[in-house]
Amino acid sequence: MQATNDVAVPRSRNGRRARIVGRYVLLTLGAVVVLFPLYMAIVNSLLLPSQIAHQPPPLIPSDPQWHTYPTAWTSGHLAIYLRNSAIQTAVIVIGQLITSILAAYAFAFLEFPLKKTLFIVFLMTLMVPFEVTVATNLSTVSSLGWFNTFPGLTVPFLATGFGVFLLRQAFLQIPKDLKEAAQLDGCGHLRFLWTVAIPLARPAIAALGVFSFLGAWNQYLWPLLVTGNDNSIRTVQIGLKQLLNTQLDQLNVSLAGTVIAVLPLFILLIIFQKQLVRSLTAGAVK
Amino acid sequence: MSGLVARRRKNSGLAYALLIPSLIVFGVFTFFPFAKNFKLALYQNPPYPGLPSHYVGLSQAGSVLGSPEFHQSLISTFLFVAMVVPLGLLGGLVLALAAHRQLKGMAIYRVIFSSTVVSSVAVAAVVFGTLMDPVVGLLPWLGINPHPAILNNPTWALPAVAIIAIWQFLGLSFIIMTAGLQSLPEEVLEAARLDGAGSWTMFWRVTVPLLSPTIFFGVVIGTIYAFQSFGQIDILIGPQNAGFTHTNVLLYYIYQALSVQNDPGLAAVLSIVLFVVLLSLTLLQFRFLERRVHYAGN
Amino acid sequence: MARVSFEGVSKRFGDTAAVEDLTLDVHDGELLVLLGPSGCGKTTALRMVAGLEEISDGVVSIGQSPVNEVDPKDRDVAMVFQSYALYPHMTVRRNIEFPLRRQKVEAAERVSRAEAAAATLGLTDLLDRKPGQLSGGQRQRVALARAIVREPKVFLMDEPLSNLDATLRVQTRADIVKLQHRLGTTTIYVTHDQVEAMTMGHRIAVMKGGRLQQVAPPQELYERPANTFVASFLGSPGMNLIEAERSGDRFSTVGGDIVTPSHLSHVADGSVTLGIRPESLSLDTTGVLATVLLVELLGAETHVICAVDGDKRVVVRQDYDMVRPEIGDQVFLNIDTSRLHAFDAETGVRLEQAP
Repeated sequence: MQATNDVAVPRSRNGRRARIVGRYVLLTLGAVVVLFPLYMAIVNSLLLPSQIAHQPPPLIPSDPQWHTYPTAWTSGHLAIYLRNSAIQTAVIVIGQLITSILAAYAFAFLEFPLKKTLFIVFLMTLMVPFEVTVATNLSTVSSLGWFNTFPGLTVPFLATGFGVFLLRQAFLQIPKDLKEAAQLDGCGHLRFLWTVAIPLARPAIAALGVFSFLGAWNQYLWPLLVTGNDNSIRTVQIGLKQLLNTQLDQLNVSLAGTVIAVLPLFILLIIFQKQLVRSLTAGAVK
Repeated sequence: MSGLVARRRKNSGLAYALLIPSLIVFGVFTFFPFAKNFKLALYQNPPYPGLPSHYVGLSQAGSVLGSPEFHQSLISTFLFVAMVVPLGLLGGLVLALAAHRQLKGMAIYRVIFSSTVVSSVAVAAVVFGTLMDPVVGLLPWLGINPHPAILNNPTWALPAVAIIAIWQFLGLSFIIMTAGLQSLPEEVLEAARLDGAGSWTMFWRVTVPLLSPTIFFGVVIGTIYAFQSFGQIDILIGPQNAGFTHTNVLLYYIYQALSVQNDPGLAAVLSIVLFVVLLSLTLLQFRFLERRVHYAGN
Repeated sequence: MARVSFEGVSKRFGDTAAVEDLTLDVHDGELLVLLGPSGCGKTTALRMVAGLEEISDGVVSIGQSPVNEVDPKDRDVAMVFQSYALYPHMTVRRNIEFPLRRQKVEAAERVSRAEAAAATLGLTDLLDRKPGQLSGGQRQRVALARAIVREPKVFLMDEPLSNLDATLRVQTRADIVKLQHRLGTTTIYVTHDQVEAMTMGHRIAVMKGGRLQQVAPPQELYERPANTFVASFLGSPGMNLIEAERSGDRFSTVGGDIVTPSHLSHVADGSVTLGIRPESLSLDTTGVLATVLLVELLGAETHVICAVDGDKRVVVRQDYDMVRPEIGDQVFLNIDTSRLHAFDAETGVRLEQAP
């Protein structure tokens, strides 16, 4: 036994080291595959147009053309598009948080007639994808005179069934005793919501916020339909399409614009990774 | 008892007040248009704009559902889903398994692997459009030179768009799979290891079955995601393109019916089809979640 | 400060009654313990005083006025919850101040009252911590501080010690008694623990199945239990209950006959349930024959569990220095008949001598 042990230990140690190295190789390979498209976008954005078409394509810019970024910023209306996206996203996120918090509170803490029925009504909204309702919504929005306006861009998204469920679940985890203690201490419902329920549900609220942000910022179909050809209201996603169409000879500038458009979300991802994961897996793992 | 009744009535009033904002939005922008689809589907648009549409009953729905365009669209949609979902999930699972270890630098890899979740369709389309460009892209360098060019090629346009969708879905797939792996009962895995299971046996006999709820969830989410893919096709291919007939997925067909053909009746019929498909998927998911909740409750 | 009264109070959830026709007076300044097994309605009764539970029938009054229709926050009662119900995101200071903020007490007064309450409970050094950073005992004291800072008419305590470990429970028990004595605030204290009830209560109200069984000072409850339930619920172990048949000067039981003691001469002939506390039994050379099933050593005392006539179990309490039997031994039980209790065989009600 002694002898085999002496041989086995170093061998398994080597084996483990090899496995760890192998794992890092696999991880790095995965990272390269995932990042490669964006990396190439950055590389190409820094090349001269003549270099982009070069074969084989350069993998490292020898003479980075940083001016493509300011050019993209000014010539492609990118500043306006980013501002529009920021306004649109902010309105949707704040709106969704408010409506979801209020509705979730009612379902979690109040008793009222038709509660079950109304809950099912909220459930049903999850089953109707927005795409299915696009046709009529477009005519509703234009009859309200909201075509090419921020209300048209945002109002249809100011409530979310998903958000109500996520927050209701978080509110239900607040112990009943806490509600009753607050009641004896003289808290009404709105006071309790503000001073106790919202602070305690902060992780879930943050998760919903990040989720809403992602959804709103990356919207494509609806802004495309509702902003028509009006540059002053167009969001950055629609702007990118236009950038690509109008500046084919300036591909580096288009790609610089793309990198600028994706940057806010990468920052968001790095800061709020936990909240994002939490909201995206809300239905998968309890 | 009057005081209590009054208090209860006040509470109900408050509850309705809290629900009203959501209900108004849902009513106007979800339920009303949803219901209206069923009406629109019964009316046919006039051949020339400006004339009133007229009631045709189910005949419009029948002719749409029987049309070759619709069949082609359905086939394209299902082909697209069949490429995106399995490959996206498999990729996510491989990455999640690789990252499922406490090693140095793992947090960075995790951020990288989940990063595609934040990329929008437009960003993905522009980036991949460049890479797939017959002149400036990578394909000539790799020796891939289909004629016509890949995104204009009836055979290759759909797989090309699917690759973009797979890349985009990879982040979400990784996040879902990682969460699933982290929720696996550690004791079961340890017991299997003590029972002498090798890592390959472990994976197929223990990990995959335990992970099956997560995989199922991933399939449903992935399918819904794939059905809603639209931007890549709009940006990279578009209706003028020769590759278009094979990439006219259901959602794009609806968009076209609305914004190009100006035909709300057609769009309504297609919307109902899309709804039925997505509803079945959602119901499947709910039923499944309900079962899980029951398990947890026990 | 105020008295609390229940007059014919019932609470029904659908078809089941949690509290049935409860009539009870809690005196001004008294510490009254509501005692009973779980599900007996004691917590429901407490919550009706707080206003957290609607009253199905009857009247609950605080002071002179009925409070059935009064909002919980306007009843001027403070409650200490079993879980403490501290606000986890607020510091100890904020937790204690919370009820004062809601009462719109001025800032300066609020601070001084909160600090005084904290000092009373030895929390001064912990004021800036959050509940998550405190031990169970410290949290419990914060809950008490939050209750006393309001200077309410009535304290309501719902098993406030049940989440503490045994040592801390004994100590906190004494602290609450001292605090209540000093403040003189009417207190209703709910527990299922008879030791807490006996050591803390001025009076104890025993409940079972939603009904009040007996209200009395602890010693009287122990010495003169109103029925077989109270007799067996109080004391550890509870009173031994034995079926008997009275005829003439004897009670005949499974273990043999007992000469009727003079204080039970009023008991009529026929079936009766006799009660005997474990400490009124002793092992002897003569008496009722029994077999030892189990001997439990508790340090200061020993419980000997015997079987009389095959299956009738009887518990004997011995002091620690007595000779202990072995399991399986045949022993004789001597009964101190002057401490014998008699209950109606049907209803279980104590058979009192006519005055």
